[in-house]
Amino acid sequence: MAHFDENAKPFSHKWMNERLAVDTLKRVLSTEYWIPKNINFLWAMGMVLAATFGVLLISGIFLLMYYQPNTHLAFDSVNYTIMSEVGYGWLWRHVHAVGASVVFLIIYIHMFTGIYYGSYKRGRELIWLSGMLLFVLFSAEAFSGYMLPWGQMSYWAGMVITNLFSGGSLHANGLVEWIRGDYVPGQAFLNRFFMLHVLLVPLAIIGVIVLHFGTLRIPHVNNQEGEEFDFEESAEMYKAGDVKHSKVIPFSPVFLSKDIFVMGIYFIIFFYLVFYHFEFAMDPVNFDPANGLKTPTHIYPEWYFLWSYEILRPFSTNVGLIAFAFAQMIFFFLPFLDRSPNVAPAKRRGLFNLWFWALLIDMIVLTFMGKLPPEGIWSTVGFVAALTFIGLWILLPIITIKEKKL
Amino acid sequence: MKELKIFGIVAVFTLILYWGVEPFAHSQMHKHVEGHGLVYDGKADIKEASKDRKEIEKKFWNDVAQISKLKGDPVAGEATFAMCAGCHMKGAANMGGVTPPSLDHAGAIYDKNFLIALIKDPALATNVAHKYPVGGTIAHPMGPVMTMVTAPQDIANVVAYLKAKKAGEVTPKEAYIEACSRCHANRYGHLTQLGEIPKTKSNIKTGQDIGALKYKEKVAEEQASLAEYLGTLPPDLSIMIRARNEHFMHVFVENPQSELPGTAMPRTGLDKEGMEKVMAYLEKTGDPSKPKREAVGPWVLLFFFIFSILAYLWKKSMWKGHH
Amino acid sequence: MANDTKRRDFMGMALGGFTALGGLGALYAMKRTWDPLPSVKAAGFTTLDMTIYKENELAVEKWRGKPIFVLKQSKEMLDTENKNMSLLTGKTTEAMDKKRLIKVGDAYYMVCVGLCTHLGCIPGYTPEDKSFLCACHGGMYDDTGMVTKSPPPRGLDIPPFKIDGTKLVLGEEGPEYKKMLADGITMPV
Repeated sequence: MAHFDENAKPFSHKWMNERLAVDTLKRVLSTEYWIPKNINFLWAMGMVLAATFGVLLISGIFLLMYYQPNTHLAFDSVNYTIMSEVGYGWLWRHVHAVGASVVFLIIYIHMFTGIYYGSYKRGRELIWLSGMLLFVLFSAEAFSGYMLPWGQMSYWAGMVITNLFSGGSLHANGLVEWIRGDYVPGQAFLNRFFMLHVLLVPLAIIGVIVLHFGTLRIPHVNNQEGEEFDFEESAEMYKAGDVKHSKVIPFSPVFLSKDIFVMGIYFIIFFYLVFYHFEFAMDPVNFDPANGLKTPTHIYPEWYFLWSYEILRPFSTNVGLIAFAFAQMIFFFLPFLDRSPNVAPAKRRGLFNLWFWALLIDMIVLTFMGKLPPEGIWSTVGFVAALTFIGLWILLPIITIKEKKL
Repeated sequence: MKELKIFGIVAVFTLILYWGVEPFAHSQMHKHVEGHGLVYDGKADIKEASKDRKEIEKKFWNDVAQISKLKGDPVAGEATFAMCAGCHMKGAANMGGVTPPSLDHAGAIYDKNFLIALIKDPALATNVAHKYPVGGTIAHPMGPVMTMVTAPQDIANVVAYLKAKKAGEVTPKEAYIEACSRCHANRYGHLTQLGEIPKTKSNIKTGQDIGALKYKEKVAEEQASLAEYLGTLPPDLSIMIRARNEHFMHVFVENPQSELPGTAMPRTGLDKEGMEKVMAYLEKTGDPSKPKREAVGPWVLLFFFIFSILAYLWKKSMWKGHH
Repeated sequence: MANDTKRRDFMGMALGGFTALGGLGALYAMKRTWDPLPSVKAAGFTTLDMTIYKENELAVEKWRGKPIFVLKQSKEMLDTENKNMSLLTGKTTEAMDKKRLIKVGDAYYMVCVGLCTHLGCIPGYTPEDKSFLCACHGGMYDDTGMVTKSPPPRGLDIPPFKIDGTKLVLGEEGPEYKKMLADGITMPV
């Protein structure tokens, strides 16, 4: 039975402590949550992502106040009501659109930082897996959100992506109709994707973000050299006042102060895009209202899905679907495919270094090809890049098993 | 400095990625078409024309150039224009698919050469001759003008009259209504093919707005006759400025065939002023937040600029003694 | 050391304060997002043709989503008003009696928001008694919209109006309405 001081003033420090353990919470969550000192600005991407998610959430709330999930009204509620009637409606919409695009850029930077520094193994597997789960959830969130303006791209993306679930030669048309709630994307489809976008998926995202933070606690954050050291000892050193030689810093305020500076720079770029360069995040084709009797000349996903779309495209239906499923799943297996015990930056890992840059460049090539019309030379380049992607992942266990222990 | 190097690498890869999926991809998807600078001399038409039509086009535009050199007499032109006014008047009825424009601002927004060409041969002038094959069943609704105003001097006079009397100050909206809105609705601008949507009132007892329903019926009939004549209902232009880029719009309005070969849309023949006004109106309905964006943007950026400086100073004080 | 800590605190506070400033800006944008839309505001006008109403027959119109009572006064009703008015105010001049009524052409009309000033229910009219009764809490009004029985704190509110020939434009503030406001006959709706 806990002890409660009857004389403590309500809401006084002592009173709160006895009920909520505020001092302990503060210590555990911030002032004595130890982060390695040997890090660079890429370690701030997590907080940048959290901030971007916050910005998406807030702008989304205000869009939700005027958006109409109805196939007859959705397009005009977005393009007319929100853009010209609602006070600052245009700001929320542009922030939301730019945020949705930029959040994927930061996710990719965050992911490739993890791959480069080997932050997914030796106790950090769950960090990677929960992070990949977040990637999948963000993809679902982005796709469902893309349906909502009910323009030509919304409709035809909805058509094409749900058709993937027919499983090629399996002809699972019943499943496709079940997902849509109709023979084609229609009212039922728009309503359920609206629900997914504003409720179920964000809820799951928030849950997995908490899990993601949790998985970080015991293995600790990695550092620039992949160095393993005694956190407790370093923490004692820090607390004793030897901040110069200690290898750790507290999350708050020391680590946070750097995060916030990085966020400042990030938001300069972010809002530059919002005010002066938002078109990249809002495809022109989606400013034509949905028309189920007319496919746009060129259809392509948003840039962050292009690389996996391109892995689907050059093959015949069945092989393409298998390759696509491979591309979607393979990143989950990274901690188990990398057989080397080394946790170190890629540049010190021999062949793995080559593998890292080859993967990055291959994915950029795939991204380029995914948007270009699948004709002539572009088809060939896309096909080779898709094979390269698969080949690289097959090679990974082989080159890492031979890697010398550092 | 190591951090700056890392930042440089991230920035370079990001920019390459951007270049590939935006400017490069779009340049590959849409071939760039040059406009002809709002000069209506038929050069583009002659180039596009099939072999057997080349001579017809050449002769036609050559005649237009000859008439253009004549000095038109506005007073005589007014008398000749009386023949036109039978169809071109306020509240005109649909004729063969479209409603003739009132021409109240024609002189201010249309090019002189284009107007000459239009009176001489409407189908050739608007570059839609492919819709009216010789011996075909449909004729250009404005076709009769070719038998009414034929003499070069008469044509020059009518155009001189339009340029002198049917001009004056035009608002973007008026220019848009004159040039586009008979075929293209603009629902964000509250315009249908029949013009401004009238204010109506619901019956308080039934909750039904009979006036609005009747108006909707009239619009639907007008749209049906347009769709019948053009093969498709011309799209609503409310946010066309965002669905197509501005360059595309310019070139397309100048000569629709150059961007969409075979389209039923006639060339509108706008001159520089007319084009600017129409584009201004399209921007107003399609991108109404532009002025607000431009007003708020610098302040938000300034805020985050100062924020970053303060955050940097705070970071520096926090990390003091850590290295 | 003490100096250092101070400097740190100062920079932290400066950053916090500046961030709060930005937060205020964001709050302003959020507040504006909650405002009624311009189209809602622009639709806030109703024009009534006053020639169609019959004496002592209550007509209900709609303005800004609220019911509007229009009651054309008969000669008899105008006479009765003298009594009502005198009972409540102790004043009997004709000018005083007609203060709540709107004169369009030669006729007098009661034009009021048809919501009880107590808690917003819609009172019913009995032509025989020339009286309104609100069924919710028993409040009563006479045929000019004056309270004759509590709990309503004041007479039925008169919407902003402008007289335009034989028409009445609700939502616009004409000189007659402004005078009513200044005289305390009604409150801004």
